[in-house]
Amino acid sequence: MRTLTKLDGDSSRARRELHDHIQGSGPLARHTVDSTGQRQAGSASFHESAEKHVTGKAAYIDDLAVPADALHVALGLSPVAHGTLTQLDLSKVKEAPGVVDVITFHEVPGHTDIGPVFPGDPIFVDHEISYAGQCLFAVAATSLQAARRAVKFATISIDEQPASLDPVAATEREEFVRPTHVQTRGDWQQALDQAEQRVEGELFVGGQEHFYLEGQACVVHPTEDEGVIVHTSNQHPSETQKLVAEVLDIPFHAVTVEVRRMGGGFGGKETQASPWACIAAIIARRTGKTVRLRLPRSDDMHATGKRHPFHNRYRLAIDAEGVIQGGEITVIGDCGYSPDLSDAIVDRAMFHADNAYSLGDAQVVGHRAKTHTASNTAFRGFGGPQGMMIIEAAMDDIARQIGEDPLTVRKRNFYREGRDVTHYGQQVDQLQLLHTLVERLESDSEYWSRRKAVSDFNATNSVIKKGLALTPVKFGISFTAQHLNQAGALLHVYTDGSVMINHGGTEMGQGLHTKICQVVARELGLDLDKVRITATRTDKVPNTSPTAASSGADLNGMAARDAASKLRERLFDFATEHYPEGLDREGMRLEDSMLVAGFGESERSIPWGELVQTAYLHRISLSEKGFYATPLIHYDRSVGQGRPFYYYAFGAAVAEVSVDTLSGEYQVDRVDILHDVGDSLNPAIDIGQVEGGFIQGMGWLTSEELKWNDKGVLVSDGPATYKIPTFGDLPPIFNVALLEGHPNSMASLYRSKAVGEPPFMLGICVWSALRDALSSLTDYTTSPHLDTPATPERVMLAANAIRKRAL
Amino acid sequence: MATIAFLLNGTPQRCDVSPDTSILTLLREHLAQTGTKEGCASGDCGACTVAISEPTSGTHRYTSANACITPAHQLQGRHLVTVEGLSEQGHLHPAQEAMIECHGSQCGFCTPGIVMSLFTLHSDLIQRPSPLTPERLEAALGGNLCRCTGYRPIRDAALSMNATPYLRPQWFDATLPDSESDAQITDLAETAVFFAQPTSLVALAQLRQAFPQARLVAGGTDLWLESTQRLAPLDQLIDVSRVAELLTIEEALFENQTGWWIGAGVTYTQLEPLFNAHFPAFAHLLHRLGSQQIRNRGTLGGNIANASPIGDTPPVLLALDTQVELASVTGKRCLALEDFFLDYKKTALATDEVVSRIFIPQAAEESQLRVWKLSKRREDDISALLGAFCYRVEQGVMRDVRIAFGGMAATPKRALAAEAALEGSAITPEAFRAAQQALEDDFQPMSDVRGSQHYRQQAAQNLIERLYLSLSVPDQEVMLHAYAH
Repeated sequence: MRTLTKLDGDSSRARRELHDHIQGSGPLARHTVDSTGQRQAGSASFHESAEKHVTGKAAYIDDLAVPADALHVALGLSPVAHGTLTQLDLSKVKEAPGVVDVITFHEVPGHTDIGPVFPGDPIFVDHEISYAGQCLFAVAATSLQAARRAVKFATISIDEQPASLDPVAATEREEFVRPTHVQTRGDWQQALDQAEQRVEGELFVGGQEHFYLEGQACVVHPTEDEGVIVHTSNQHPSETQKLVAEVLDIPFHAVTVEVRRMGGGFGGKETQASPWACIAAIIARRTGKTVRLRLPRSDDMHATGKRHPFHNRYRLAIDAEGVIQGGEITVIGDCGYSPDLSDAIVDRAMFHADNAYSLGDAQVVGHRAKTHTASNTAFRGFGGPQGMMIIEAAMDDIARQIGEDPLTVRKRNFYREGRDVTHYGQQVDQLQLLHTLVERLESDSEYWSRRKAVSDFNATNSVIKKGLALTPVKFGISFTAQHLNQAGALLHVYTDGSVMINHGGTEMGQGLHTKICQVVARELGLDLDKVRITATRTDKVPNTSPTAASSGADLNGMAARDAASKLRERLFDFATEHYPEGLDREGMRLEDSMLVAGFGESERSIPWGELVQTAYLHRISLSEKGFYATPLIHYDRSVGQGRPFYYYAFGAAVAEVSVDTLSGEYQVDRVDILHDVGDSLNPAIDIGQVEGGFIQGMGWLTSEELKWNDKGVLVSDGPATYKIPTFGDLPPIFNVALLEGHPNSMASLYRSKAVGEPPFMLGICVWSALRDALSSLTDYTTSPHLDTPATPERVMLAANAIRKRAL
Repeated sequence: MATIAFLLNGTPQRCDVSPDTSILTLLREHLAQTGTKEGCASGDCGACTVAISEPTSGTHRYTSANACITPAHQLQGRHLVTVEGLSEQGHLHPAQEAMIECHGSQCGFCTPGIVMSLFTLHSDLIQRPSPLTPERLEAALGGNLCRCTGYRPIRDAALSMNATPYLRPQWFDATLPDSESDAQITDLAETAVFFAQPTSLVALAQLRQAFPQARLVAGGTDLWLESTQRLAPLDQLIDVSRVAELLTIEEALFENQTGWWIGAGVTYTQLEPLFNAHFPAFAHLLHRLGSQQIRNRGTLGGNIANASPIGDTPPVLLALDTQVELASVTGKRCLALEDFFLDYKKTALATDEVVSRIFIPQAAEESQLRVWKLSKRREDDISALLGAFCYRVEQGVMRDVRIAFGGMAATPKRALAAEAALEGSAITPEAFRAAQQALEDDFQPMSDVRGSQHYRQQAAQNLIERLYLSLSVPDQEVMLHAYAH
């Protein structure tokens, strides 16, 4: 079934899009898995760097060659979480072998606060220490080892004070990094008062370390004037440009930031890649030398923020069928010591506290608690996953309360006709899509026959218990900060016909550059190998938004398309005028590396290379810039209502698990996923995002446990103690498919949908399946409490609390 | 400084580097070979995986290692293969080809390490063709973390690479350089820093006596973290990995018991055949000990001498009534392993002694061994706790019960009270309940990053319940397949 195209508002761009779509220049053949074709948008092209990845030739920051006299920086980090710095004696550090420069707060020439949106992030501690791992000073030496060893010679005196580590207690004391925000729709209090039944619960949702394989890193070269060139592993080059300039007290145009690729980002390099570039830039300007700063893994884990842990509560009114009538949800994000991006992150948790379900008359409250830990930051899903967890917990709880299967309860609560407006006032588009998708998955995964098999198994096994769960995802696409929904691109065609495209997005492994090349190849009718992307640079495309919010391809792809189509039109105009035989402008097209005009007998074609050469000789510009701004979106924070999202991406997943109720060990036996990417830009890359996101989401909820000691020092500070999924955690049966035949109803890039974040939340089904298995211990009459991550420890303790003992 | 002579991707190299240099530092900082990545510098992520060939059995067998924690000096006389060396005459290696075809890289940072693990799997498959079971795949790839893909395309690459035609690299059978002769103690005394590589136990004992402050290194899988994580200087190192007497496994009679003398330098990988044949539960544990890269380097002697309370093998060795042999210039002595561990990371080893061999007695015919390791992640994780149970059931009665736990005390330790509760008892709920109670006398575990005190205590008791169930209801599944053996 194809969803009818629908347009809201009066965006002329969107209308043009619709026109193109109807004219047949819409999506290419969808979901072809032929990877040998033209590899344009819609086909499963390989990652543009794949060959360089497998041969070790792909260069990351620490692989860049630097001059022999380059300096290497190590950081002095606070060993305590809260206190006042009373003495910082670095005389022995300065005398240590190889040390060239040592800087503190007092050596910063310009701004000392590098908060990305709101102030609150000092580049170095002046007096007040706010978390263990906060930067006190930096040492530059002739080698990294010399710098790291020199750090240990510092004499640091701190008047230590008790650390505030409990976000719930902080909320009670109203210690916030930003004010509380509330979204209300309808009379939620009355809904609760008049409820047939009520259900309530609370849940701790743990944080998550990004564990990008390439740690934070940058190389900074001083320029011949007052500026610097910054090579950085970074999702937001423009912000780093701004902060480096402000810290150095120089104009933005004196700073150029370049990002070729990251060894993983996941949100951890959106705001938190900048401090290191700022520090390295100060030293580069002071010494006149190239400076390399790379955080060793444990420093990285201590110094940088993580996914926000959340404490969530709900009280919901339901009818006899388990359908939510209204109620209230409170989410408390543990923001760490400063705002960073927490305002938007807790907002997004609130925007997703409904997931795919109508809350009825509801109020959602979001607190931003301040604690003495690193400032928690963006991480794939950006608060959305933490918000969704509370309503998914509620779905399971409702099911146990009314004695129905959790899937039945979930489906009854889906947004539907008459219940199609969210608690923040956005009408849910493509209403039927989630119903269709879940029904398909229900049948493809044989949910109900497996439900019976699971029950039968559990009836005859007392130790091993199986669990099964299907959970949906509805994820809003757009930056909730409206101004970020813009992008630029720069397109050059050279006289041999080769094409260079640059855009504001960064490549962190998600295949963005591959998709953008595919877009340009498609627009210009070229083979993919004719189009190349080099590094993202602030001197090519300025004032860019972070590559975040799943928006990389949506925004930058549209900008690239804009540039390519403008250049194409110019070439058409030129060809129409130039070629004396009189080419027909109407119906002119670029395909198979040719400009083609006319049809049938009168068809004429001019090879791309010839066209470009001729245009050049006739002084036609072969360069173009493109721009895009997402239409329609708005959100009024003062009333908590609006349309913050251009569209929603959907998906659903089923997990079957086996739990050893004696040891708490478990295994994921099978996973089935059906995910909506509209018309896929590249099915291979999209499948990769879905699978990788799922496994990362599963890790968040199972084995990835952040632990701090009672003084607020992170003790899970490396891969020996912080366990991300490994090869054996891949489910033995893992069926992943993209939903076909449902183009985006909005005029997005070739009717595709964003895919970076939404699949992450598919991992919630694993947690729900674990609870299902535990619930079987009481014959599904109770809904066991299971905070996350659901480590074997938590699962065992939950089972111990309810199971019958053999002894 | 001493010179290391080795082959790098078929090309002879001679490098002078300090003793504490890792292979990764040698590659990246001295040889400008940056294809091999640093992800953690602690041997846990596999991004720095390289392959090393040793001139042992005449054939060239490439084994994987974490370059970040492997001493560069151990390359002496070896062939080091890195991701830069795999392609031949412009043709990618099948592992590389398959990774591209299967979309196995996203950010690409872990990819060189994964390609190298696939390379060692590929060369192993060519030399010893056998089916690619899930277990074998997991063993080959469990030590390589990938944060992007979720591993499915990597699994596909592993399964499909054998279909790709293989152009054997010219360097594959390259002749290895000769090892340099042993440095003499008198030479070493002149220098403040050294990396000594004795080849005999006599030479090792002399070095140990002459330099009691020097550190012993075998696989380096634990010691090297002191350098990479705590920045401790490792200036004087005595490498035990080439001492002939430490590398053997011999069947022998000791104090009227048959069993095996295992050299302290025998790696976990080398132990596998013996354990597969005689201690399958122990062999199964080895699959969950570290990663392939670690198992190729780590040694039984190292796991014991380290005396970590959470080492995986000591509880099993305690349950098996293992003896440990200590050697010095004045001779050898043997003691029961439980007398070796004194306190947290303290052992009975004198400053002039080394652990030379371990004697594992052959289990009695009807004796049972159960080894149950609990950790946050099944693969490549350190135990929260580990229980080892050795016993036999004689006419329904528990006999010769030996139980030991790791992670429950400052040292790996026997559960003497629990053993007493079960010894001579019938398999009854009461006896096992008494054993559970007794654990509270045996252990007062602590809370740390791997588990709370309460969890450890409860989980240890639950393992006693599991033991009861496995004995009393033999047909019931009491464990998950992925963990069972």
